[in-house]
Amino acid sequence: MANYTLNVNGQALEVTDVDPDTPLLWVLRDELGMVGTKFGCGIAQCGACTVHLNGTAARSCSLPVSAAADMVVTTIEGLALNGELHPLQQAWIDHDVPQCGYCQAGQLMSAAALLATNSRPSDQDIDNAMAGNLCRCGTYQRIRLAIHDAAAKLPGRTG
Amino acid sequence: MTQNTHTSPSTLTDYFSSLMQELDVDPAPAAPIRQLTRRSFIKLTGLLGGGLALGFNLGSQKVMANTVNSNTEFSAYVQIRADGSVVIQAKNPEIGQGVKTALPMIVAEELDAAWEDVEVIQSPIDEDVYGRQIAGGSRSIPENWDLLREAGASVRAMLVAAAAAQWSVPASELRTENTRVIHDASNRSVGYGELAEAAAKLEMPTSVTLKRVGDYRLLGRRISGVDNHKLVTGQPLFGIDQSLPNMSYAVYQKCPAVGGKVASANLDHIKSLKGVKDAFIIEGNNKTDEVMPGVAIIANSTYAAFRAKRELEIEWDESEASKDSWTAFQAQAQELALKSAKNPLVTTGDFAGAMTAPGHKIVESFYTHHFVAHAALEPQNTTAWYKPDGSIEIWAPTQTPMRGVNGVANSLGISQEKITLHQTRVGGGFGRRLTNDTVCEAAAIAKRVDGPVKLQWTREDDTLHDFNRVGGFHVMKGAVDASGKLVAYSDHLISFTEDGRSAVSGGQLRMTGYPENACANASMGETLLPLKITCGAFRAPASNTVAWAQQSFIGELAAAADRDQVEFLLETLAALPEPTEPRGMNKHRAIATVKLAAEKAGWGKVMPAGRGMGVSFFFSHFGHIAEVAEVSVTDARKLTVHNVTVAADVGPIVNLSTSENLLEGAVIDGLSTMMGLEISFENGRVQQENFHQYPILRSNKAPKIAVHLIQSDNHPTGLGEPGLPPLAPAVGNAIFAASGIRPRTMPLSKEGFTI
Repeated sequence: MANYTLNVNGQALEVTDVDPDTPLLWVLRDELGMVGTKFGCGIAQCGACTVHLNGTAARSCSLPVSAAADMVVTTIEGLALNGELHPLQQAWIDHDVPQCGYCQAGQLMSAAALLATNSRPSDQDIDNAMAGNLCRCGTYQRIRLAIHDAAAKLPGRTG
Repeated sequence: MTQNTHTSPSTLTDYFSSLMQELDVDPAPAAPIRQLTRRSFIKLTGLLGGGLALGFNLGSQKVMANTVNSNTEFSAYVQIRADGSVVIQAKNPEIGQGVKTALPMIVAEELDAAWEDVEVIQSPIDEDVYGRQIAGGSRSIPENWDLLREAGASVRAMLVAAAAAQWSVPASELRTENTRVIHDASNRSVGYGELAEAAAKLEMPTSVTLKRVGDYRLLGRRISGVDNHKLVTGQPLFGIDQSLPNMSYAVYQKCPAVGGKVASANLDHIKSLKGVKDAFIIEGNNKTDEVMPGVAIIANSTYAAFRAKRELEIEWDESEASKDSWTAFQAQAQELALKSAKNPLVTTGDFAGAMTAPGHKIVESFYTHHFVAHAALEPQNTTAWYKPDGSIEIWAPTQTPMRGVNGVANSLGISQEKITLHQTRVGGGFGRRLTNDTVCEAAAIAKRVDGPVKLQWTREDDTLHDFNRVGGFHVMKGAVDASGKLVAYSDHLISFTEDGRSAVSGGQLRMTGYPENACANASMGETLLPLKITCGAFRAPASNTVAWAQQSFIGELAAAADRDQVEFLLETLAALPEPTEPRGMNKHRAIATVKLAAEKAGWGKVMPAGRGMGVSFFFSHFGHIAEVAEVSVTDARKLTVHNVTVAADVGPIVNLSTSENLLEGAVIDGLSTMMGLEISFENGRVQQENFHQYPILRSNKAPKIAVHLIQSDNHPTGLGEPGLPPLAPAVGNAIFAASGIRPRTMPLSKEGFTI
C-alpha cells in the first residue's frame, strides 16, 4: 500500500493507502469519485477508459497508479475549461452523437488528443486516432462529423 | 404492488415468452378527436413548484390513495410550474434508444411548450402509476404515443380555458405557441406559468383535439438528447456510476458451465487478501434469470475485488451443468438438414411437386449463424442496499425494472413493497438487460453485507454469462419457373429448445407472411435441439437471423432466374395478398421502401469489377425497412463496405436525429455482428472472454450511411430494432454481385472474409 499525489485536471489530489498496481481507472472512479472515465474491458481494447497522460491519449484501465503519479492527468471532467465546453463537447451535443453514451467520454478524450496535435484532421487521420475506441451503438459516422465540425471551430483557427 | 404483480416464470423460455406477450401491444391508428372516457389523468395539487400537474390514472388503488392524501410528486407526469418551466417525467428506461428525449417531445408537442422550457426527469419505477416501464420490443413510441399526446393536449386545454376565463373571451379565439396562450384579436398573450394556478382549479377536459402530422412544430425535428451535456462532461448517469457512503464493492463468480454448483472454494485464502472484507457462497435459486450458484467476494474497492477474484479457486459440481458443444451441434445440423422439419408450421400448395416440375430451376442452400453475445459496453452491475428493517433499495441499469423488482422479490422471498428500484441510464441494452440476473445477484449479496454494495461484473463475466443470441441453421429450398417467377419456397430452421417444447428466445422461425404467401407452394418448419446454454433476446430477435437467410436466398433465387435483385424482390413483394390488419406487413409500404433505397443508392450504376450492390427488405417491429449495400471484394476475400442506404417507413418521426442515429447504429451493429462475432462453446463453456476474441467493428471499417425516412400517416412505431435485420443480407447480396461468391455463414470470418 502506498500514498500518491496525482495531478488530475490541474489539481493535486491525494490518494492514500492504495495498492501501487491499482489501475489509474479505479483510482479515479473509486478513490477520487471521478466516474466519467468508464470501465469497459480492463485490457485496453475498448477505449472507454481513455484519459490524457501528459497530453497523450492513454487507456487508464491498464496503467498502474504508480506510473501515473508523475504525470499530468486529464479526464473527461477536465476537458471543459472554466465551465466552457471544449469545441468537441459542443460538437457532440450539436450533432447529437451519443446513443447510450457510455463510450463517449473515451471517444472525446481520444478526439481531443488528436485535435491537440492536428487541427485539420483528414478522415484517415480520424480513423487512425479513433480506431481504439469501440462504440457498441455504432455512432462512428457522427463522431467523425463532430470532429470535423469541432476542428473548424478550434480557437485561433483561421480559414 | 397491487396491479402489475408478475409471477416468476419457471423457465427462461417462459420468462421471455411472457415478456414478449407483455410487449405485444396493438398500435392501431386513432381518430384525432379523443374522448377521454377512461379519465386517463388525474389532477395533482400541492406539489413543489406549484402550478398545474397531471398524473396518469391507470386506476390503481395506490394512485387514488395518493390523490386523496393530497399528493406527492410521485405521480406527477407533467407539471407546469408557476415559474413557467415545464417538467415532464421520462418514464421508460433510457438505453440509447432516445426515449428520455422522445417521449417528453410527444407531450411538449401537444402542449405547445417551447422545448427550451422543458425539463426532463427520470420517473420512479412503479407500473401502477406509470404503466409499463420497459425498454424492449421497440414499443416505447407506439405504446405511449396516444397517452402522451392526450396528456399534453389535456394540460394545454386547461391552460387555454384558464386564459379564456381571465380575459373573458371564447376559448376558440385562443391559440398556443412557445409555452404561451395568445389572443390575436386583442394582441394579448400570457405565459403558461402565470396561468398554471388558475388552470389547476379547473375541471379536466372530457375530450381533446389532437394535432395532425402537418401541424407539428417539434416532432420531426432534430433534437439533441436531454442527457447529452451530462454525457460529454462525464457526469454520473449510469448504473456503474452509483456511489453511496460506506459502500462496499462485490464480484460474483459463477460456474463457467451453466448449471454448475459450488462444491468448495478457498474462501479462507480469499478473506485473507488485502482489501477483502468477506467472501461467501450463494446457493441461489437455480434460475438463470435470477440467482445461479456462485461465490461472492466483498472488498473495499472494485480493483481489490477483481484482484481477489483472480485468486479464487472453486471446485464445481457439474453433475447438472451444461455439456453443450457447438461443434457437435453443427455436425447434428448437417444430418438434420437431410430430413424434413420435425415441427411443420406452414404448408401450402404442392411444394414437393413444384421442386420437381419440369422447367423449374431449383435452388437449395444451407445457412449457418453462430451464437453471439450482446457485449453492451457497460458491464453488468447493480448497487443494492439491504436495510435493517428488511427493505432493499436498488440502483440498476435495466431494461425491465419492474421485472427486476419481481425477480428480487422472488429470489429473496420478500414482498415487492419492500423493494425500491431506481432506474439509471443504461450503457447499452440490445436485449441483454431484459433479464435482471445481475440485479437479483446484487440483492442476494446485499442481504449479507452491512451497508450498500455495488456488484460489478468484469468484461469476462459479461461475455461468459450472457443470454446469447441463439445460433442456428436454415435449410433453404426454392424454385423459379421458366419465366423467372418464384413458385416454391421453403425454410427449415434447425434451432434450439431449453424446455423441450418451444424454441428458445430468438430461435423461432419468425414469419411475416413474406415470402411464404408470395408463392403458391411453401413449406416452413422447425427442428429443435436441446440446449442448456442461456439464450435471450438480441436486437430484433429471430428477425435478425431469419432475414439473413431469407433475403440472401431471395437473392439466390433472383440469380437463378437471371433477374435483377431489386426487380425480383419487388415482384415477389407485389405477389403478396393485400394487407388486412394495420399492424402487419403491408406490401405497398414494403415496395415503397425498396424503391426508395434503390433509387437513393443509385441502383444500376456502372461499377468497377469487384464492386457490387445488394438489396434486402425486412419487416419487423411494425417497421418496413429496405437497405442497399455497396461492397468491394478482393480475390483474398477482403471486403470494403463503401455505402449503406437505408429507407424506412415507421410512420411520422418523433425525433429525426434519434431516428437517423438508430438506423446508422443498426447498420454498424449488423455489419459488426455479421463480419466477425461469434460465441462458441464446448463442454458447456463459452470460449470467448473479452474484446480481443470478440472483434466489435471499429470506426475505420465503418461505411458511409445514408438514411431516408418515409413519413407516412401510419401510427408511429419504434426504431430501436428493425434497422438491423436487413443489413446482413444486403451485404451478402452485394458480395455476390461483386464477386460471384455467396456467403452463407455468419460471421463471414468463418468463410475467410475480412473487413
